[in-house]
Amino acid sequence: MDLNRRQFFKVAAIGLGGSSLAALGMAPAPAFAEQIRHFKLTHTHETRNTCPYCSVGCGLIMYSQGDTAKNVAQNIIHIEGDADHPVNRGTLCPKGAGLLDFIHSPSRLQYPQVRKPGSSEWTRVSWDEALDRIADLMKADRDANFIEKNAQGQTVNRWLSVGFLAASASSNEAGYMTHKVVRSLGMLGFDNQARV
Amino acid sequence: MTNHWTDIANANLVLVMGGNAAEAHPCGFKWVTEAKAHNKARLIVVDPRFTRTASVADYYAPIRTGTDIAFMGGLINYLLTEDKIQHEYVKNYTDVSFIVKASFGFEDGLFTGYDASKRSYTDKSSWGYEIGEDGFARVDPTLQDPRCVYQLMKQHYSRYTPELASQICGMPQDSMKKIWEEIATCSAPGKTMTILYALGWTQHSIGSQMIRSAAMVQLLLGNVGMPGGGVNALRGHSNIQGLTDLGLLSNLLPGYLTLPGDAEQDYDAYIAKRSPKPLRPGQLSYWQNYGKFHVSLMKAWYGANATAENHWGYDWLPKLDIPGYDILKVFDMMSQGKVNGYVCQGFNPIAALPDKNRVMASLAKLKWLVVMDPLATETSEFWRNVGPYNDVQTANIQTEVIRLPTTCFAEEDGSLVNSGRWLQWHWKGADGPGLARTDVKIMSDLFIRLRKRYQAEGGAWAEPILKLSWPYKVPDDPTPEEIAKEYNGYAVADVTDATGAVIKAGQQLSGFGQLKDDGSTASGCWIFCGSWTEAGNQMARRDNTDPYGMKQNLGWAWAWPMNRRILYNRASSDPAGKPWDPKKRLVWWNGKAWGGTDVPDYKADVPPEAGMNPFIMNAEGVARFFARELMNEGPFPEHYEPFETPIGINPLHPNNKKATSNPAGRVFDSVWDTLGQAKEFPYAATSYRLTEHFHFWTKHCPINAVLQPEQFVEIGEALAKEKGIAAGDRVRVSCKRGHIEAVAVVTKRIRPLQVNNQTVHQIGIPLHWGFTGATRHGYLTNTLVPFLGDGNTQTPESKSFLVNVEKI
Repeated sequence: MDLNRRQFFKVAAIGLGGSSLAALGMAPAPAFAEQIRHFKLTHTHETRNTCPYCSVGCGLIMYSQGDTAKNVAQNIIHIEGDADHPVNRGTLCPKGAGLLDFIHSPSRLQYPQVRKPGSSEWTRVSWDEALDRIADLMKADRDANFIEKNAQGQTVNRWLSVGFLAASASSNEAGYMTHKVVRSLGMLGFDNQARV
Repeated sequence: MTNHWTDIANANLVLVMGGNAAEAHPCGFKWVTEAKAHNKARLIVVDPRFTRTASVADYYAPIRTGTDIAFMGGLINYLLTEDKIQHEYVKNYTDVSFIVKASFGFEDGLFTGYDASKRSYTDKSSWGYEIGEDGFARVDPTLQDPRCVYQLMKQHYSRYTPELASQICGMPQDSMKKIWEEIATCSAPGKTMTILYALGWTQHSIGSQMIRSAAMVQLLLGNVGMPGGGVNALRGHSNIQGLTDLGLLSNLLPGYLTLPGDAEQDYDAYIAKRSPKPLRPGQLSYWQNYGKFHVSLMKAWYGANATAENHWGYDWLPKLDIPGYDILKVFDMMSQGKVNGYVCQGFNPIAALPDKNRVMASLAKLKWLVVMDPLATETSEFWRNVGPYNDVQTANIQTEVIRLPTTCFAEEDGSLVNSGRWLQWHWKGADGPGLARTDVKIMSDLFIRLRKRYQAEGGAWAEPILKLSWPYKVPDDPTPEEIAKEYNGYAVADVTDATGAVIKAGQQLSGFGQLKDDGSTASGCWIFCGSWTEAGNQMARRDNTDPYGMKQNLGWAWAWPMNRRILYNRASSDPAGKPWDPKKRLVWWNGKAWGGTDVPDYKADVPPEAGMNPFIMNAEGVARFFARELMNEGPFPEHYEPFETPIGINPLHPNNKKATSNPAGRVFDSVWDTLGQAKEFPYAATSYRLTEHFHFWTKHCPINAVLQPEQFVEIGEALAKEKGIAAGDRVRVSCKRGHIEAVAVVTKRIRPLQVNNQTVHQIGIPLHWGFTGATRHGYLTNTLVPFLGDGNTQTPESKSFLVNVEKI
């Protein structure tokens, strides 16, 4: 529809009147209302989180679909900055604004896998197989190479032939448990990303 | 950070050096913008590249990578000669008056006690104070004694003239002086500069001393403990602060406690050595409580099995025969076939460690490798041939690799510690993909399996495994709540604290002041004590009000220690307990107690006239310009060249080869041959990150991969012209250890510098590409970085190395 300036004002004035009439309950029958796309976050569940990238610690709100019932899997469909957060006040940077793609990255690992010596491929294994294998490997090496006394006969109780690199974005709770387990085994070749 | 993000708004001057906050920490950088807009703050940026931080600065000056100590040393010299220091602060709150031992000295680049054959200071006995007959350090409040710290410092930095500093840094003298003059204005009480730095300072062979030199400047200006002041590390990852606080480093235990060495067979001596008596009368020397922190840790780990009789399980802790088995050391051992198995939890060493080819070859010597990660990292696929990006013989690599899928932040509850030491709780929003599990569950399940094997079969030194306390309701999957309550700590038996309050057995403790060394308290990380009290989870608090308008946000989350937001904040008031400036009021003495807009980092009931000084963790009670024996290269920062130096000499010590680069830097014997010379590799290179990418993670995110799809390097216009390189050409950047190929971005942002009367070109190399993920494949940038490290932290020199550049 082509409108000149005069026609435009005429239609606009009618439109204004029409809206006012509609507001008084004299609305015409619904026409295209069913085709309106509802605001996609209306029926989502909000969860507060913090950004896992740099150390500013920006507050996030994650929006997920699913009614949070026990038998319903939540699916995060949107992430934005938490406006209540005193540091980021609702903003996110170019990295943080793309967090949804991190959660749903095609590179996310789904299953335990093993690459056998010399092999050029992964083989899927169960968690039991993977963890039993690691426990066996660790115990065999620890029993063979644990050092209880040094050359001077001092008690040293260390295990040097296996090492552990801890993360940079895992939670304090994960870090604390990792430390508790690793030290109880006597490991010293133990560091986290802060070293580099 | 001594301070925190929102506090940057209180600054009058912001110095960004060794970092690029606008691109690497964008939402934190908004507080610089806030300071500029509402506090009329000025922003100065010093960086080898004209970064986006520089683009919004009031003043920018370039610097040659790795020469920041020369800049800071020159600044210290300037402040002392021009007498632009905060006199009352320096006199009362620092060690300037302490008398140093007569045997201490410095000659031609080396401090006393150096053993060249061991490349370390084997005798640090002269690096200390004269101790008087009363057992305290001797002082001269007049500062006239030639052996006092003030005079020694003045003498040490008198060599850092503007001419020499400029020759080393490649920064024109007029720019340098302009910056120094502006910084000097912050010596006025109440006028503060904040320093923001990041990996641009830590990733050097002299990184720790660079940061120390900045701390010294801040002390001279009276800016430590002040709102809008401090020395602020903008850390690179979301919980690198927390994992360090929790002691996940070779030689540490949680809360900066340290593991014993072989010689420390006697438990009481181990504790005594770490519980220093005050070096001056009336000082708190809070580490005297070390025993309480240590015993409480061992009670958290070993429960009822840790008793006074077995010295709280002292033998269950491994002892160190060397200072530490840091990553570089472990990979060096790995390259010699001395490591059989390795576990990488959320860490991609083939990309993050220096000299990728060496790291690759070392991994190939492992019998087995376990990788726990949400993403398919390069490390987990180090055996895969990806053409030029990872040119390996897959069939020859006999390492068994087990890869375990983990959840990410969105899929678990828990807390992270941000740069400002805030512990912030977060909540799970969805399950992880497929069969992914949390790190907590994986570590717990693995431990339970190991323990069952030791119970059934016995084995080497099973005791610490069998006796470890494991009180969790679901043993192979403890909840984050259970764990957080454990690291906070609880009363094991009824205890009475200093106020007379009784904490019943089983109740949560409210702070580390309640910890005991008799086994009646347990706390897995003493500095986190107070984070989950009887009042609930303090880390989940969401009160964002700011009643004093001082941007301290005491009701949001929880900060260690004891919710104190600015460390050493007693120093924000003068010796009489009155704020240096009413606009910068943080804590003050109200006649009965200390209090204010922050929680006092101090003993709250000690009146000012008692003379207890603000630096309560130091035995001196004051801040140290003279680091005693605590740093490995010497008590005062000295400039040493990067191990790969474009000028070949240290202009401060041109005739002493031993003092060209850090005499106590970490270099393994096998590494010397991998270092290049300027003749062959003439350009100074530095690595960095982009605002569109986060390390090696976001190349797995389609949107970030679209924003920055392909590897590039930045080359200045002058060098590009010299080498016939046009924008968009592919270039080969090579060093003694390998090469990368990338697209050339020819830019005005990097200019040639005049250093030691020669022209030095610098090359910028972003680090985000690799051979997995959604971007175009690229070379791992750290292929180029030398395998050596800082003398204290062993952090690699990723920010200064030599390369050549050729058009392909």
